[in-house]
Amino acid sequence: MHEMSIAQSLLNIILQEGATHQIRRVVSVALKVGELSSVVPESLRFCFELIAQGTIVEGAELQIERVPVTCRCEDCGTQFSVEHLLFVCPSCHSRRVEVLSGRELNIQSLEAE
Amino acid sequence: MRTVPVVRNILEANQRLAEENRKVFRDAGLFVINLMSGPGAGKTSLLERTIDGLRGQVRIGVIEGDIQSTYDADRISQKGAQVVQLNTGGACHLDGNMIKSALEPLDLERLDLLVVENVGNLVCPAEFNLGEDMKVMILSVAEGDDKPLKYPLMFQTSAVLLINKVDLLPYVDCDVKVMRERALQLNGDLTIFEVSCRTGQGLEAWFQWLREQVAMRKAKGDGAKA
Repeated sequence: MHEMSIAQSLLNIILQEGATHQIRRVVSVALKVGELSSVVPESLRFCFELIAQGTIVEGAELQIERVPVTCRCEDCGTQFSVEHLLFVCPSCHSRRVEVLSGRELNIQSLEAE
Repeated sequence: MRTVPVVRNILEANQRLAEENRKVFRDAGLFVINLMSGPGAGKTSLLERTIDGLRGQVRIGVIEGDIQSTYDADRISQKGAQVVQLNTGGACHLDGNMIKSALEPLDLERLDLLVVENVGNLVCPAEFNLGEDMKVMILSVAEGDDKPLKYPLMFQTSAVLLINKVDLLPYVDCDVKVMRERALQLNGDLTIFEVSCRTGQGLEAWFQWLREQVAMRKAKGDGAKA
Protein backbone atom coordinates (compact mmCIF):
# COMPACT_ATOMS: atom_id res chain seq x y z
CA MET A 1 0.00 0.00 0.00
CA HIS A 2 3.01 2.31 0.48
CA GLU A 3 4.18 1.72 -3.09
CA MET A 4 2.85 5.14 -4.12
CA SER A 5 5.27 6.91 -1.73
CA ILE A 6 8.09 4.76 -3.03
CA ALA A 7 7.13 5.45 -6.65
CA GLN A 8 7.09 9.19 -5.88
CA SER A 9 10.57 9.05 -4.31
CA LEU A 10 11.82 7.05 -7.26
CA LEU A 11 10.39 9.55 -9.73
CA ASN A 12 12.04 12.46 -7.85
CA ILE A 13 15.43 10.76 -8.09
CA ILE A 14 15.01 10.02 -11.81
CA LEU A 15 13.97 13.60 -12.58
CA GLN A 16 17.02 14.91 -10.67
CA GLU A 17 19.34 12.55 -12.55
CA GLY A 18 17.58 13.41 -15.80
CA ALA A 19 18.40 17.08 -15.33
CA THR A 20 22.01 16.35 -14.30
CA HIS A 21 22.68 14.08 -17.27
CA GLN A 22 20.56 16.02 -19.79
CA ILE A 23 18.35 13.03 -20.49
CA ARG A 24 15.53 13.49 -23.01
CA ARG A 25 13.78 10.19 -22.46
CA VAL A 26 14.20 7.27 -20.08
CA VAL A 27 13.52 3.88 -21.66
CA SER A 28 14.07 1.64 -18.67
CA VAL A 29 15.00 1.85 -15.00
CA ALA A 30 16.95 -0.89 -13.21
CA LEU A 31 16.03 -1.41 -9.55
CA LYS A 32 17.18 -3.76 -6.81
CA VAL A 33 14.48 -4.73 -4.34
CA GLY A 34 15.36 -7.03 -1.44
CA GLU A 35 13.19 -10.06 -0.74
CA LEU A 36 12.70 -8.79 2.81
CA SER A 37 11.42 -5.40 1.73
CA SER A 38 7.64 -5.21 1.78
CA VAL A 39 7.37 -3.82 -1.75
CA VAL A 40 5.08 -5.58 -4.20
CA PRO A 41 6.69 -5.19 -7.66
CA GLU A 42 3.35 -5.18 -9.51
CA SER A 43 1.98 -2.39 -7.29
CA LEU A 44 5.17 -0.39 -7.69
CA ARG A 45 4.98 -0.72 -11.49
CA PHE A 46 1.33 0.33 -11.47
CA CYS A 47 1.91 3.40 -9.27
CA PHE A 48 5.01 4.42 -11.16
CA GLU A 49 3.28 4.19 -14.52
CA LEU A 50 0.57 6.52 -13.25
CA ILE A 51 2.79 9.25 -11.85
CA ALA A 52 5.38 9.06 -14.64
CA GLN A 53 2.84 10.31 -17.19
CA GLY A 54 3.92 13.55 -18.80
CA THR A 55 7.54 13.25 -17.63
CA ILE A 56 10.77 12.10 -19.35
CA VAL A 57 10.21 8.68 -17.81
CA GLU A 58 6.66 8.11 -19.12
CA GLY A 59 6.27 4.59 -20.47
CA ALA A 60 9.68 3.44 -19.17
CA GLU A 61 9.98 -0.15 -18.04
CA LEU A 62 10.89 -0.89 -14.42
CA GLN A 63 13.35 -3.79 -14.37
CA ILE A 64 13.14 -5.11 -10.84
CA GLU A 65 15.81 -7.48 -9.62
CA ARG A 66 14.92 -9.22 -6.37
CA VAL A 67 17.84 -9.62 -3.94
CA PRO A 68 17.83 -12.75 -1.76
CA VAL A 69 18.14 -12.45 2.01
CA THR A 70 21.61 -13.35 3.30
CA CYS A 71 23.00 -13.20 6.83
CA ARG A 72 26.25 -13.59 8.74
CA CYS A 73 26.34 -15.39 12.05
CA GLU A 74 27.74 -13.12 14.77
CA ASP A 75 28.97 -16.13 16.75
CA CYS A 76 30.75 -18.35 14.20
CA GLY A 77 30.98 -16.08 11.14
CA THR A 78 29.13 -18.40 8.74
CA GLN A 79 27.42 -16.60 5.85
CA PHE A 80 24.15 -18.12 4.71
CA SER A 81 21.02 -17.55 2.64
CA VAL A 82 17.81 -17.29 4.59
CA GLU A 83 15.29 -19.94 3.54
CA HIS A 84 11.71 -19.95 4.78
CA LEU A 85 12.38 -16.85 6.90
CA LEU A 86 14.59 -18.77 9.30
CA PHE A 87 17.14 -16.27 10.64
CA VAL A 88 19.12 -18.96 12.41
CA CYS A 89 22.74 -19.98 11.67
CA PRO A 90 22.77 -23.37 9.89
CA SER A 91 26.21 -24.20 11.36
CA CYS A 92 25.96 -23.35 15.06
CA HIS A 93 22.20 -22.62 15.33
CA SER A 94 22.87 -19.21 16.85
CA ARG A 95 20.15 -16.59 16.48
CA ARG A 96 22.60 -13.74 16.72
CA VAL A 97 22.76 -12.96 13.03
CA GLU A 98 23.41 -9.84 10.99
CA VAL A 99 21.37 -9.23 7.84
CA LEU A 100 23.76 -8.59 4.92
CA SER A 101 21.29 -8.30 2.06
CA GLY A 102 17.59 -8.45 1.38
CA ARG A 103 16.48 -4.99 2.54
CA GLU A 104 17.56 -3.18 -0.65
CA LEU A 105 15.34 -0.58 -2.22
CA ASN A 106 17.79 0.90 -4.70
CA ILE A 107 17.87 2.42 -8.12
CA GLN A 108 20.86 1.08 -10.06
CA SER A 109 20.84 2.64 -13.53
CA LEU A 110 18.80 4.23 -16.29
CA GLU A 111 18.68 3.37 -19.97
CA ALA A 112 18.23 6.76 -21.56
CA GLU A 113 18.36 8.87 -24.69
CA MET B 1 20.83 5.02 -26.12
CA ARG B 2 23.15 5.05 -23.11
CA THR B 3 23.27 3.58 -19.64
CA VAL B 4 23.45 6.08 -16.80
CA PRO B 5 24.60 4.49 -13.53
CA VAL B 6 22.62 5.82 -10.57
CA VAL B 7 23.25 3.90 -7.40
CA ARG B 8 20.95 5.52 -4.85
CA ASN B 9 18.58 4.36 -2.15
CA ILE B 10 15.04 5.15 -3.28
CA LEU B 11 14.12 6.21 0.25
CA GLU B 12 17.23 8.40 0.68
CA ALA B 13 15.16 11.57 1.11
CA ASN B 14 13.29 9.95 4.00
CA GLN B 15 16.55 8.65 5.49
CA ARG B 16 17.97 12.16 5.44
CA LEU B 17 14.95 13.58 7.27
CA ALA B 18 15.05 10.72 9.76
CA GLU B 19 18.70 11.54 10.52
CA GLU B 20 17.78 15.20 11.05
CA ASN B 21 15.07 14.14 13.49
CA ARG B 22 17.53 11.82 15.24
CA LYS B 23 19.92 14.70 15.79
CA VAL B 24 17.13 16.80 17.34
CA PHE B 25 16.19 13.88 19.64
CA ARG B 26 19.81 13.28 20.67
CA ASP B 27 20.40 16.95 21.41
CA ALA B 28 17.36 16.88 23.70
CA GLY B 29 18.56 13.66 25.41
CA LEU B 30 15.33 11.93 24.41
CA PHE B 31 14.74 8.20 24.07
CA VAL B 32 12.42 7.71 21.09
CA ILE B 33 10.38 4.69 20.09
CA ASN B 34 8.37 4.03 16.96
CA LEU B 35 5.36 2.03 18.16
CA MET B 36 3.81 -0.15 15.49
CA SER B 37 1.09 -2.80 15.25
CA GLY B 38 -1.97 -3.77 13.28
CA PRO B 39 -5.18 -1.84 13.99
CA GLY B 40 -6.67 -2.62 17.39
CA ALA B 41 -3.70 -4.46 18.88
CA GLY B 42 -3.58 -1.96 21.75
CA LYS B 43 -1.07 0.79 20.95
CA THR B 44 -3.10 3.58 22.55
CA SER B 45 -4.13 1.42 25.51
CA LEU B 46 -0.47 0.57 26.09
CA LEU B 47 0.38 4.27 26.04
CA GLU B 48 -2.38 5.13 28.52
CA ARG B 49 -1.12 2.42 30.88
CA THR B 50 2.49 3.46 30.38
CA ILE B 51 1.83 7.14 31.08
CA ASP B 52 0.05 6.17 34.32
CA GLY B 53 2.68 3.59 35.25
CA LEU B 54 5.62 5.96 34.81
CA ARG B 55 3.97 9.11 36.16
CA GLY B 56 6.45 11.16 38.19
CA GLN B 57 9.37 9.03 36.90
CA VAL B 58 9.52 9.42 33.13
CA ARG B 59 8.11 12.41 31.24
CA ILE B 60 6.38 11.04 28.16
CA GLY B 61 5.39 12.81 24.95
CA VAL B 62 3.36 11.23 22.18
CA ILE B 63 2.98 11.79 18.46
CA GLU B 64 -0.25 10.12 17.39
CA GLY B 65 -0.39 8.95 13.80
CA ASP B 66 -3.79 8.14 12.36
CA ILE B 67 -5.41 8.32 8.97
CA GLN B 68 -8.30 10.34 10.42
CA SER B 69 -9.65 11.73 13.73
CA THR B 70 -8.19 13.11 16.95
CA TYR B 71 -9.70 10.31 19.03
CA ASP B 72 -6.36 8.86 20.13
CA ALA B 73 -4.77 12.23 20.88
CA ASP B 74 -7.79 13.09 23.05
CA ARG B 75 -7.29 9.85 25.01
CA ILE B 76 -3.59 10.62 25.56
CA SER B 77 -4.28 14.25 26.40
CA GLN B 78 -6.66 13.17 29.18
CA LYS B 79 -3.71 11.38 30.76
CA GLY B 80 -1.89 14.71 30.98
CA ALA B 81 0.90 13.95 28.51
CA GLN B 82 2.13 16.25 25.75
CA VAL B 83 0.58 15.01 22.53
CA VAL B 84 0.45 15.95 18.85
CA GLN B 85 -2.05 14.40 16.46
CA LEU B 86 -0.91 13.69 12.90
CA ASN B 87 -3.57 12.83 10.33
CA THR B 88 -2.07 11.24 7.26
CA GLY B 89 -5.27 11.71 5.25
CA GLY B 90 -5.11 8.22 3.81
CA ALA B 91 -1.42 7.36 3.88
CA CYS B 92 -0.74 4.01 5.52
CA HIS B 93 2.43 4.97 7.39
CA LEU B 94 4.32 7.90 8.95
CA ASP B 95 7.54 9.20 7.40
CA GLY B 96 10.44 11.36 8.50
CA ASN B 97 8.93 14.53 7.10
CA MET B 98 5.65 14.13 9.00
CA ILE B 99 7.56 13.65 12.26
CA LYS B 100 9.70 16.70 11.59
CA SER B 101 6.56 18.81 11.10
CA ALA B 102 4.99 17.42 14.29
CA LEU B 103 7.88 18.34 16.58
CA GLU B 104 7.32 22.08 16.77
CA PRO B 105 4.49 22.18 19.35
CA LEU B 106 6.34 19.73 21.62
CA ASP B 107 8.60 21.00 24.39
CA LEU B 108 11.30 18.35 23.96
CA GLU B 109 13.43 19.68 26.80
CA ARG B 110 10.63 18.71 29.19
CA LEU B 111 10.43 15.14 27.94
CA ASP B 112 12.44 11.98 28.63
CA LEU B 113 10.63 9.61 26.30
CA LEU B 114 8.91 10.32 23.00
CA VAL B 115 6.61 7.65 21.59
CA VAL B 116 5.52 7.87 17.98
CA GLU B 117 2.34 5.85 17.61
CA ASN B 118 2.38 4.80 13.97
CA VAL B 119 -0.67 4.15 11.79
CA GLY B 120 -2.21 0.76 12.55
CA ASN B 121 -0.67 -1.45 9.87
CA LEU B 122 1.67 -4.43 10.05
CA VAL B 123 3.31 -3.79 6.67
CA CYS B 124 4.17 -0.28 5.52
CA PRO B 125 5.44 1.47 8.69
CA ALA B 126 8.33 -1.00 8.96
CA GLU B 127 9.88 0.38 5.78
CA PHE B 128 10.18 4.04 6.88
CA ASN B 129 12.67 5.28 9.47
CA LEU B 130 11.52 8.24 11.52
CA GLY B 131 14.72 8.90 13.49
CA GLU B 132 13.71 6.66 16.38
CA ASP B 133 16.09 4.75 18.66
CA MET B 134 14.06 1.57 18.44
CA LYS B 135 11.03 0.09 16.77
CA VAL B 136 8.63 -1.50 19.24
CA MET B 137 5.71 -3.59 18.02
CA ILE B 138 2.58 -5.03 19.57
CA LEU B 139 0.87 -8.22 18.48
CA SER B 140 -2.27 -9.25 20.33
CA VAL B 141 -3.14 -12.88 20.93
CA ALA B 142 -6.48 -12.29 19.19
CA GLU B 143 -4.61 -11.71 15.91
CA GLY B 144 -3.16 -15.23 15.95
CA ASP B 145 0.24 -16.90 16.27
CA ASP B 146 0.76 -17.01 12.48
CA LYS B 147 1.40 -13.27 12.06
CA PRO B 148 5.22 -13.40 12.27
CA LEU B 149 5.19 -15.68 9.22
CA LYS B 150 2.98 -13.28 7.27
CA TYR B 151 4.52 -9.92 8.15
CA PRO B 152 8.23 -10.72 8.53
CA LEU B 153 9.74 -7.27 8.02
CA MET B 154 8.10 -5.71 11.06
CA PHE B 155 9.28 -8.53 13.33
CA GLN B 156 12.72 -8.46 11.72
CA THR B 157 13.24 -4.72 12.29
CA SER B 158 11.70 -4.38 15.78
CA ALA B 159 13.75 -4.45 18.97
CA VAL B 160 10.79 -5.25 21.22
CA LEU B 161 7.62 -7.30 20.82
CA LEU B 162 4.77 -6.86 23.27
CA ILE B 163 2.31 -9.74 23.14
CA ASN B 164 -0.88 -8.04 24.32
CA LYS B 165 -4.31 -9.21 25.49
CA VAL B 166 -2.95 -12.32 27.19
CA ASP B 167 -6.08 -12.21 29.39
CA LEU B 168 -7.96 -13.41 26.27
CA LEU B 169 -5.88 -16.57 25.87
CA PRO B 170 -8.61 -18.88 27.23
CA TYR B 171 -10.95 -17.65 24.49
CA VAL B 172 -8.76 -17.56 21.37
CA ASP B 173 -6.86 -20.13 19.32
CA CYS B 174 -3.41 -18.73 19.89
CA ASP B 175 -0.36 -20.56 21.20
CA VAL B 176 1.95 -17.97 22.76
CA LYS B 177 4.85 -20.41 22.72
CA VAL B 178 4.45 -20.82 18.95
CA MET B 179 4.05 -17.07 18.48
CA ARG B 180 7.26 -16.40 20.42
CA GLU B 181 9.18 -19.10 18.55
CA ARG B 182 8.08 -17.79 15.14
CA ALA B 183 9.02 -14.23 16.09
CA LEU B 184 12.43 -15.30 17.43
CA GLN B 185 13.20 -17.24 14.25
CA LEU B 186 12.91 -13.94 12.39
CA ASN B 187 14.80 -11.95 14.96
CA GLY B 188 16.77 -13.64 17.75
CA ASP B 189 17.47 -10.27 19.41
CA LEU B 190 13.78 -9.50 20.10
CA THR B 191 12.95 -8.60 23.68
CA ILE B 192 9.49 -10.02 24.35
CA PHE B 193 6.96 -8.99 26.99
CA GLU B 194 3.63 -10.75 27.56
CA VAL B 195 1.10 -8.21 28.80
CA SER B 196 -2.53 -7.33 29.17
CA CYS B 197 -3.33 -3.64 28.97
CA ARG B 198 -6.80 -4.46 30.28
CA THR B 199 -5.76 -6.21 33.50
CA GLY B 200 -2.26 -4.75 33.83
CA GLN B 201 -0.63 -8.19 33.80
CA GLY B 202 3.06 -8.14 32.84
CA LEU B 203 3.27 -4.39 32.42
CA GLU B 204 5.72 -3.75 35.26
CA ALA B 205 8.49 -5.54 33.30
CA TRP B 206 7.82 -3.25 30.31
CA PHE B 207 7.87 -0.16 32.54
CA GLN B 208 11.18 -1.27 34.03
CA TRP B 209 12.67 -1.81 30.58
CA LEU B 210 11.61 1.71 29.58
CA ARG B 211 13.09 3.23 32.78
CA GLU B 212 16.38 1.53 31.96
CA GLN B 213 16.41 2.70 28.33
CA VAL B 214 15.66 6.28 29.34
CA ALA B 215 18.39 6.18 32.00
CA MET B 216 20.88 4.79 29.46
CA ARG B 217 20.04 7.56 27.00
CA LYS B 218 20.59 10.18 29.71
CA ALA B 219 23.88 8.55 30.75
CA LYS B 220 25.19 8.58 27.18
CA GLY B 221 24.52 12.30 26.94
CA ASP B 222 23.98 14.37 23.85
CA GLY B 223 25.20 13.12 20.52
CA ALA B 224 25.89 9.59 21.81
CA LYS B 225 25.47 6.69 19.46
CA ALA B 226 22.67 4.22 20.05
